[in-house]
Order: sequence, then structure tokens, then C-alpha cells
Amino acid sequence: MLRAFTALTTPLLPEDYLGLVDPLWSQTVLRGRVVAVRRETARATTLTIKPGRRWKGHRAGQFVRIGVDVDGVRHWRTYSLNGNEDSRLLTVTVQALPGGVVSPQLAHGTPVGTVLHLEDAAGDFVLPTPAPAKLLMLTAGSGITPVMGMLRTLAARGPLTDVVLVHSAPTSDDVIFRDELTLLAALHPGLRLVVRHTADEGRLDLAELDGLVADREVFVCGPDALLTAAQQRWGEKVRLERFTPPVRSEGGSGGTVAYGATTVDVDGGASLLEAGEDAGVLMPSGCRMGICFGCVLPLRDGQVRNLRTGEIHGEPGDLVQTCISGASGPATLDI
Amino acid sequence: MSLALVGPSLKPVPSTPAPEATSLTPGQVEELGRRLDAIRERIVAERGATDAAYIHSVIRKQRYLEIGGRALLFAGVLPPAWILGTAMLSASKILENMELGHNVMHGQWDWMRDPKIHSSTWDWDNTSPAEHWKHSHNYMHHTYTNVVGKDRDVGYGILRMSDEQKWNPYYLLNPLVNVLLATFFQWGVALHDLEVEKIIAGEKDRKTVWTQLKGIGKKVVRQFTKDYVVFPALAGPFFLPVLAGNVTANLVRNLWSHAIIFCGHFPDGAVQFDEEQLEGETRGQWYVRQMLGSANLDGGPLFHLMSGNLSFQIEHHLFPDLPSNRYAEIAPEVRELCAEYGLEYTTGPLWKQYLQVLRKINRLALP
Repeated sequence: MLRAFTALTTPLLPEDYLGLVDPLWSQTVLRGRVVAVRRETARATTLTIKPGRRWKGHRAGQFVRIGVDVDGVRHWRTYSLNGNEDSRLLTVTVQALPGGVVSPQLAHGTPVGTVLHLEDAAGDFVLPTPAPAKLLMLTAGSGITPVMGMLRTLAARGPLTDVVLVHSAPTSDDVIFRDELTLLAALHPGLRLVVRHTADEGRLDLAELDGLVADREVFVCGPDALLTAAQQRWGEKVRLERFTPPVRSEGGSGGTVAYGATTVDVDGGASLLEAGEDAGVLMPSGCRMGICFGCVLPLRDGQVRNLRTGEIHGEPGDLVQTCISGASGPATLDI
Repeated sequence: MSLALVGPSLKPVPSTPAPEATSLTPGQVEELGRRLDAIRERIVAERGATDAAYIHSVIRKQRYLEIGGRALLFAGVLPPAWILGTAMLSASKILENMELGHNVMHGQWDWMRDPKIHSSTWDWDNTSPAEHWKHSHNYMHHTYTNVVGKDRDVGYGILRMSDEQKWNPYYLLNPLVNVLLATFFQWGVALHDLEVEKIIAGEKDRKTVWTQLKGIGKKVVRQFTKDYVVFPALAGPFFLPVLAGNVTANLVRNLWSHAIIFCGHFPDGAVQFDEEQLEGETRGQWYVRQMLGSANLDGGPLFHLMSGNLSFQIEHHLFPDLPSNRYAEIAPEVRELCAEYGLEYTTGPLWKQYLQVLRKINRLALP
């Protein structure tokens, strides 16, 4: 049926015209519309998003990449889904990072009605099915977000049986979902909520939790230090969610670039195109002078240096003109 | 408008003045290059939400025009509906090929990182496959602009557009071939990258040609099915008015884009070069060649939009990947630079430039 309509719209797709009415109808591009905005703390905002038709659902604890146009340029960031996995709506909570490009706009400049771009939910930090009877959730800062998704999902299905949530934040005001957590604990006798205010009380000593860990499934999400400490103390038993930022260049020229499966040491002066060709990679190419866009490859990780201007740039998903770009630290190109 | 009126103001320019006709020192050429680089860098730094809003708005308008035009054509038995519908569809096809297709495929909007508006994904309402076009146009034409023998846009392999092309009796057909090319321009564009003259000379291997032909064939079938079969058939008893409207819209688009494109490089004043010019060409020299080899068209904002901003051919050739909506803004600066360095900035109204092109085509029909 759809193919028949494509005969009318070629080279475009029917959805390119239907998108004039509602961009969420797309079958090829996943988008979502912001349907509610709620301020959580001074820096954190929760966005409720109605995903488009192509959304395949998610498991509590998974994350989603969200694409947002800032100053005309598409940027992608990863956020934990923190809503009930059985709901048709998605919620993410965005902390506005000072000096950030994307998070301040998402947190403070995204009114209801904004259309965002989405990717499928991903990640294996999820509750096993059926859900374990006894759980320990250990979180700090924004690490509460995926765990919140698990709690909401469980709470929506019935009374929580035996869950201990140990959450750390600098002060009481910094606790995202503070009121809802308090309410949940009041409604569910099976939920024990321990909040540690690290500004006053200092960091948690994991040894205090040894007794709890013995007969529970343990989920940990938070800063690297917490994850490493938990892993060292309790080993394979814990499930972790690590928020890893994309690789950024530390400046300078030259670096190790992965062209798909081929890894090449690229000299400071060499273009990514020449270096790839010299290493036997079948590189697409054209004018070799930055005009024709015949040589662009998607950047998966890291950054590159513009050989003409010296500018260091790049985010995952950028299409890089390899003929006029050089290396600047480690990078990965899809080919 | 009469030829007599135009006559005295037109000075025929030899089609290949030596590049050193510009009396600039190498130092000045490179200085000019740096100043042009600076313009480019400024625009690159400024690109932002307003530019993005511009291209989104053109895309929306084009699609509404197309939907409106096609809808009206269904009522095409009524002459006013047919005329308005055909006009809207023609305008939509012109916008789609020129301000959208040509410019998006140049990578002018790649900086937005929107995969729907990107040089690597865009395809256009034309029989020429996007990949072929990006090779013949972005690469061959924009790299070797106006270098006779390298830039196949000089004559498209079928016309004599330069004294440097050796005359033979075939070129007596120059005016006729031009009329045919204008009428079937999208075919000319589609077959352009096949390099028919190389196939005849046996310089191209069959496999490449076959792959290219298959690509063109696929697009031709899709385009024809849409415009000449499915939409007319959907109109049922009004098959013929819809078919006629679609044929007319494609013809209007062909004639218009041919006129605009030929006025970009062939009016008097636009200079052609020989291959020696390319040897060791510096960035500054490359800029000078682009400026001398291109010609602008005068007009208002609507005219510039409908020409895909190719009315700013000089600016486009200097900075093929800057967003088209910015050419109007930098044109006065480029013009001043030209004046300062004593370089010709060729520009004129469409009718005048087109007459010059036609005159050149007629003149070059003869030895």
C-alpha cells in the first residue's frame, strides 16, 4: 500500500508530505513530541514525550538518544528513560549543565509541542523478568533516573515487595524526584528509602551495605567512582549503568583513527582521506579539495581537525569531509 | 525589447582571453584569496537558526505548491484551474530542482546534520540520479569550472560553446541542438555524466556505462510513472488535462533551468580557460578563475529564489557549499572586491544575458 503511494511522491516518501500535517507519522524517522514539561530541581527538568508511530517500546532502565536542533544544528544526547515501561509516553529528566550546548536548551528552552528526534531505546540495564523479589538500588546524582523507571514500572504493577533504594545527592534540594520518592515510600511499605546528603554527611561507605547485598539483586547507577567501588567490592553480582561521554579531542594534530575495522596512525599533516587510502581502505573520494562532498564519512566517535582552518570539531554522527580533515586524537569513522 | 536596442551596449568578448589578462601580481591574487576565505569563514560562523528556518520554509512552500498544483490539475478541464495548477506545479518543480535539489546536493545544508536535508541522502525530481549529478556537477564542473576540455558543462559534449572547441560541420546544428537541449534539459542533465563522447571514442568501459544507464533508467521509470501515468490515471476521465499539465510543468522547468544555467557561464564577459591554467593553481588563482568564469543575473528576491540563487553564480562558484540564502548578503562585498582588484564582475538582467548566450551559440555554429 505504502509502496503504491510512493509512486506518487518519488523521489520523496508519502510521509514527507504527510509530515507537513504531523511529523510523528513518519515510518522511517523516529520523532517524538513534548507533551509536558515539569521542573524537578533548579537544574533538572522532566520532559514527557509522545513518541511517533515507529517507536518499538522500551524496558525500564534503558536509555534513548534524543536529537535536538540547537541554532539550526542537530545534536544528539543520551538520556535514561525514567518512566513506566508500560506507558505509551516516555519521560526523560535533563540536568542543565553549565556551558552545555544541548542540555540547557532541553531543560529550559523546550516548550510543550516541540518535536524532538529519537532513536530506538537501548541498553541492558533492565530488570530481569519476572522482577526479583528483593532488590538493592544504589544511585547517586542523576544516576537515579534509570532506577526511577524501574521503580515506577514496578509500582504501577502492584505493591513493591522488598526494595531498598540508597541514593546520594549533595543536598536535599538536589534530589531529583524527591517528593515522588517520599510518596512512593509512604505508599509502599516494601520500599525502604535511604537518602544520603553528601555535602553534610560525606560519601557513603559501601561496607555499610554488605549485609543488604547478600540476598538481593543489586543495581548501581551514578558517577564512575561509585561504579568502580561497587564493582570492586561486590564483583560480578552488581549490574551497572555507566554514563560514558563521547571521546573529545585534547587538541593537537595527528592521532589514531579507526576506519571501520582498519586502524591507522594518521600524521598531523595528512588528510583522513590520504591516510585511509595509504592504509588500503577503500575510501570514497571526489574533488579532494573540499568542494564536492564526495568523500564524506560519518564520524562515530572522537573529533577531527579541519586542515584549512585548524578548527577541531565533530560529534558522533557528523559527516566529515575526509579530504580536508586531519586527525586530532583518537577517532572512529564508519565505512 | 528589440535587438537594435541591445546591440550597441554589447561588446563581444573573445571566449578565451589569457588568464594573465588580469594584471594582478601573485601576491595580490593570494591576498584576494585570503579576503574571500575570510568572508567564507564569517558566514560559516554565523550559520544558525535563521538559515535553518529558511530552508525548512522553502521545503514547506515547495511541497504545498506541489500538492496545490496537482490538486488543481484534477479540475483541469476548467481552463483557469488548469492554468493555475500548471503554474503552481511548474513553480514547485523549479524550486525543487534549483533552490532545493541543486543546493542541498552541494552540501549547503549539511551543517544542520539533518539526514533528511543532506547531500548524501537527497534525491530530486529529475531524471538525473543524484549520485551522477554530484559527480558531473559538484566535482567536474565546480572543480574545473570553464576549463575547456575538462569542464563538460562547456557545451555538455554536444554544443560548441567556445572557440577552443575545434569546429566541425556537426556544429552547424548548434542552434537546433540548443533548442532541443533546453526542451529536454532534464535528459541532457541525466545523460551528462554518461560522457557520451567518451563512449563513442571507446574511452569508457562498458560495465560503468551499463551501471550508469541502469541508474538513469530506474529514475526515468519512476519519474515517468508519476507524472505521465499515475497522476493522469487518478484523474480518470480528466486524464488528458492532468497529463498535459504535467508535461507542461516539466517543460517549463526545463526551459527555465536551462536559461538560468546557461546564463551562469556563457554571457559575454564570462571567461574560459585552457588546461594550462590548472597546473599548480593556487587557492587564490582558483578563486579568480571562478569569479572570471561566472556571471550573475540581476533581479528581485523572488527571481533569485526561483533561480535557486544561481543568479548569484559568482558567489556560488566561490563558495559552492555556503547556504544559498547567504549569497545575496555577500554579493555586494564580492562585487567591491572585484572592483578593487580590477576584475570583471559580470552581471545583467536575464533577457540580456540570455540573448548574449544565444548569440554565442549561433556564432560558434560557424568556424
